[in-house]
Amino acid sequence: MTPSDKSAAAVDIRGACKTYPNGTRALEPIDLTVREGEFVTVVGPSGCGKSTLLRLIAGLSPPSGGGIVMSAAFTPPRLAYVFQSPTLMPWVSVQAKVRLPLDLAGIARAEADKTTHHVLERVGLLDFARSFPRELSGGMQMRASIARALVTGPRLLLMDEPFGALDEINRHRLDREFSELSARENLTVLFVTHSIYEAVFLSSRVLVMSSRPGRIHGEIGIDIPRPRTDSFRRTPEFAAHSAQLSEMLGSAMQEAAR
Amino acid sequence: MNGRNWTSIAAPVVVGLVFLLLWHVLVVINQVPSYIVPGPLLVLETLVHDWDSLYRSLLITLQVTGSALLLAVFLGSLLSILFVQSRLLESALLPYAVILQVTPLVAIAPLIIIWVSDPYDALVICATVASIFPVIANTTVGLRSVDTGLIDLFRLYGASRTQILLRLRIPSAAPYFFAGLRVATALALIGAVVAEFVAGTGGTRSGLAYQILQAGLQLKIPRLFAALFLITATGIVLFLVVSWLSRLALRRWHESELIQER
Repeated sequence: MTPSDKSAAAVDIRGACKTYPNGTRALEPIDLTVREGEFVTVVGPSGCGKSTLLRLIAGLSPPSGGGIVMSAAFTPPRLAYVFQSPTLMPWVSVQAKVRLPLDLAGIARAEADKTTHHVLERVGLLDFARSFPRELSGGMQMRASIARALVTGPRLLLMDEPFGALDEINRHRLDREFSELSARENLTVLFVTHSIYEAVFLSSRVLVMSSRPGRIHGEIGIDIPRPRTDSFRRTPEFAAHSAQLSEMLGSAMQEAAR
Repeated sequence: MNGRNWTSIAAPVVVGLVFLLLWHVLVVINQVPSYIVPGPLLVLETLVHDWDSLYRSLLITLQVTGSALLLAVFLGSLLSILFVQSRLLESALLPYAVILQVTPLVAIAPLIIIWVSDPYDALVICATVASIFPVIANTTVGLRSVDTGLIDLFRLYGASRTQILLRLRIPSAAPYFFAGLRVATALALIGAVVAEFVAGTGGTRSGLAYQILQAGLQLKIPRLFAALFLITATGIVLFLVVSWLSRLALRRWHESELIQER
């Protein structure tokens, strides 16, 4: 019994599935409960429906069957999405890009600017507020995307391989910073990644999915206090969890190949 | 101004001067009569001498081209926005835009000139018909070429269609629009000239094409060259103005207008 079992459910997925109009079964019926404050990571081969799962939860794509119960405290604007690409708007400055969700909601400019300022400060981008996206490195662009997600004060973050395109040094750094930020603000996170090590480093729980059609193959809990620091990467627990996860992913791939 | 900038201006100027010199020398050496090929100095002399009437015509041609371009931009962008809002509208109307584009202007111009009583209006309509298609085609592609992640993001935050159009589609379309505008500018001038050739209207409101027509008939070849020179100069100036507008709009963010740092 982990402490998270006592917290309220943020997302309760009951048999939700997705079949595209062309007949592709992207996701078999899935049951999954994400509790408040949990950091759940989804790993699996490409085509296992990881992104589909996030899109269903975000309401960007309707499920073909089953249902998703969202606690009211975890729906937009308390829900935010960080996409795989930094989804730049190359024609606006970082400041305007991050302020966008507030602008769309019709919040007064002065107030929106103040909120944006705080968020940029939190992700360490204050000096780049007036820069244009193309003037930033990949890591900085991703920070700006995270800042934009945080600007509405979300409780639930859905993240679709946000650091996948970064080099390892930047990735480790953002992983560490994000672990800190999510723990400090008690964010509930559902995080998709290809990387076993990233999953172990960040999560309180890892789901392994297998593909064609996508389904949940298994899960492991990582009962180590968060936030975690780089020294965690060198502990026997980290190695053990990584090995366990790698093995589970291997059997998921085998199952999919059959 | 750095060295590279200088050469990029000086090089074409030198080529132009060499060309003018060759022209002059060949005309003088071969004693070509001015009713076949006038020398550059004679053309310049005619340009100065006939400036009053040529300048009036230049203004008319500029007015026709400018009005047509504004109309093409306004109507073309409006149609593109409608097309993007409704696939049905696009599939219903786009074929007719294509028909208008592929039918040679010289073939339609006489009809337009017969149907529209005011010759000036007829010229504007012809030039608009000639130049509207690149605006429609490019802007439509641009409005559709939006990052799907950004569309999802806007939907997630409950953006309305208008917000998506104004904040996402129109900025995304800007580089495409300006590329179309450059083509449209050249076509508007060609349209204005061709239509005037077909119309052949004279009087106080005649443009440069009519001056060429008249000068040709009267064998005033130096005057023909002077008018031709003004048309070319107009085209170049319009092109530079549009390029400058494009740079102004895109320089902060779009790759096409960035100066490579080395």
